[in-house]
Amino acid sequence: MAVQNEVRAPATNGGRSLFYDPRVRGFVFQAALIVLVVLFVWSAASNAIENLREQNIASGFGFLGTTAGFDISQHLIDYSPTSTYGRAFVVGFLNTLLVAAVGIVLATVLGFLVGIARLSPNWLIARIATAYVEVIRNIPLLLQLLFWYFAVLKALPGPRQSLDFGFGIYLNIRGLFLPNPVFGPGSGLFDVAIVVAIVAVVVLARWARRRQAATGVQFPVFWTSVAMLLGLPLCGLAVAGFPVTFDMPELKGFNFSGGVGLEPEFVALALGLSLYTASFIAEIVRGGINAVSHGQTEAANALGLRGALTLRLVVIPQAMRVIIPPLTNQFLNLTKNSSLAVAIGYPDLVSVFAGTVLNQTGQALEVIFITMLVYLALSLATSAFMNWFNLRMALVER
Amino acid sequence: MSIAYVRETPAEALPPPSSTSGPVAWLRANLFSSWFNIVLTLVAVWLLWSIVVPLVKFAFIDAVWTGDNREACLGPEVGACWAFVNAKFGQFVYGTYPVDERWRVDLVYLMLVVGLAALAIPKVPYKRTSALCMLVAFPVLSFILLQGGMFGLELVETTRWGGLLVTLVVSYVGIVASLPLGVLLALGRRSKLPIIKTFSVAFIELWRGVPLITVLFMSSVMLPLFLPDGVSFNKLLRALIGVALFSSAYMAEVIRGGLQAIPKGQFEGAQAVGLGYWQMMRLIILPQALKLVIPGIVNSFISLLKDTSLVLIIGLFDLLGIVQRNFTDANWATPVTSTTGYLFAGFVYWVLCFSMSRYSLYMERRLDTSRR
Repeated sequence: MAVQNEVRAPATNGGRSLFYDPRVRGFVFQAALIVLVVLFVWSAASNAIENLREQNIASGFGFLGTTAGFDISQHLIDYSPTSTYGRAFVVGFLNTLLVAAVGIVLATVLGFLVGIARLSPNWLIARIATAYVEVIRNIPLLLQLLFWYFAVLKALPGPRQSLDFGFGIYLNIRGLFLPNPVFGPGSGLFDVAIVVAIVAVVVLARWARRRQAATGVQFPVFWTSVAMLLGLPLCGLAVAGFPVTFDMPELKGFNFSGGVGLEPEFVALALGLSLYTASFIAEIVRGGINAVSHGQTEAANALGLRGALTLRLVVIPQAMRVIIPPLTNQFLNLTKNSSLAVAIGYPDLVSVFAGTVLNQTGQALEVIFITMLVYLALSLATSAFMNWFNLRMALVER
Repeated sequence: MSIAYVRETPAEALPPPSSTSGPVAWLRANLFSSWFNIVLTLVAVWLLWSIVVPLVKFAFIDAVWTGDNREACLGPEVGACWAFVNAKFGQFVYGTYPVDERWRVDLVYLMLVVGLAALAIPKVPYKRTSALCMLVAFPVLSFILLQGGMFGLELVETTRWGGLLVTLVVSYVGIVASLPLGVLLALGRRSKLPIIKTFSVAFIELWRGVPLITVLFMSSVMLPLFLPDGVSFNKLLRALIGVALFSSAYMAEVIRGGLQAIPKGQFEGAQAVGLGYWQMMRLIILPQALKLVIPGIVNSFISLLKDTSLVLIIGLFDLLGIVQRNFTDANWATPVTSTTGYLFAGFVYWVLCFSMSRYSLYMERRLDTSRR
């Protein structure tokens, strides 16, 4: 088919030349593939229908509307055993998104720290970062999750002997307990202030860029933005008279009450996922920074830029171009890896839907199909973003 | 008049000042060059102190090395219970494979090591022959040896395979099956025929888009539904099918990278000497492309080896699965058993994966001709 050589295949009559015509061959190949796939799907489908009828398993998506009858330990939306399977699916999906979001934030922060630490001139720090990456990257994630869950969190003391981290943060066998901020009346001003600050920052950045393009005069956008983002909400709170109180976790009887309680399964999963993914992100960050050639730094120095400015204006923008595509890939990996939750009993999509719901209804086809579709949609959305980003950021060459 | 003193030999060079060479200077340059650096060093020392010291204490100093049951590993200040690993070592390596037949597994391990060494060490000749051996002859031979039931070998059901054996079988079969599939898919993805291209892209993106655990669920729960009556696959084979499909999608992307790295002149040259598509691929393009992606193949082998631990979720006992299962043994139930088991399993995985990643780095440097 790659031999697209129409000139060499002259229209001499006879079966032989037809056989060697790349277009005819291509057509035959593709027809054969279609026939094969259709045959395969058809036989699989007919077998499945036959087997389902024999085993008396219902088919179709009607089960999503029936009562689930089981409880889920962590739910972001209202859920009870009388809710439907469809609602259980949503609860599981939200739990997946929650742990993925927390994991992505933690992994990115830690990954950037470790990646930069590997390039540190401090010998000891660089070695520790290298050791971290090489150890964590080469041990299966599942093993790490099981270790954090069974060997660490499940071996912690009970609530009465909790580990106390100060600031009202406690860790025990029941999970991690944090203070919960409670916004009293008048804190609507706080939300408004945040929105106003964000809008103001965007407007300011645009104005500063336009002014710099026109006149060359710079404006300290970064520090002004930080001041506005922190200051405006604080002002809002101050005007309202600080209506925020903290609901502290307290030991009452045999368990803590008040505050935010994070289940040990969630803590183990978020911890394991972020530690594991951080080691990959660290390598991406190191590679990205190394990919900016030394000549760029030297040229920036020759132009008279100082260290911090060189980093901010020359090195980081070029490194980010290399870093972001594999970084989004790692975010996607983390989201997919969160499905290992099933091994430690965190109620994520796979654990709730492809686990409990599948076992209760027996409708393997539909359940697995929906589960795969969700992950597939997530990954297609990510790769769409990546393509868009690559197009936007692609080097414009001469 | 005579000159009182003339130096006839050059003076001996003085040693450089201690502030620019030697351990003190090294310390000053690398650890204490600035205030920020000093703080970093202190943080690093604190980190080492709080992680390495307890780890060494747990794994070596306080560890229990011998003992027959849990009694040995009970106590307030007991570290790792290596006696547990020692007692269960056979299970960890062979699963519940019959003790008298374990030589067969040993033989397979030996063949694997020899074959991989022949492939991996660049100086050993006959690369093509040994690659063929490892990709075709070795899997068939190992299957006959492990399963038995012919040539006078006792039949050992796959349900009795376990531990490191299952880990290696699943990852090796995954990689061997994914090579030809991956080559076909990669060629398909670069093909000019629209239907073949669409099919390849859809197949690759489908498997790459879903987590392995759903693929394993699919192959263990859904696959039996697709089979006609009377045909049934055992659990291991079902897992193998899932793993092979999954890894072939990743392999296809690795090989596509190699194909893209081949300059266009190679394709045009092959066409100019009159080679057809398959001849061109077989004789010119693939040998170069596959050689280029050796590091990528090793890397996917590493991630596959780590991913095989997931088969424990569908009820197969690979290395991690069998370690995990032995925690429930009442004979060895102590507070430190699980940590010891995880340390051991983690160490085995780490040694395998780390050595392979070093090898892949070495190959990368060897194949990289840009610096010469």
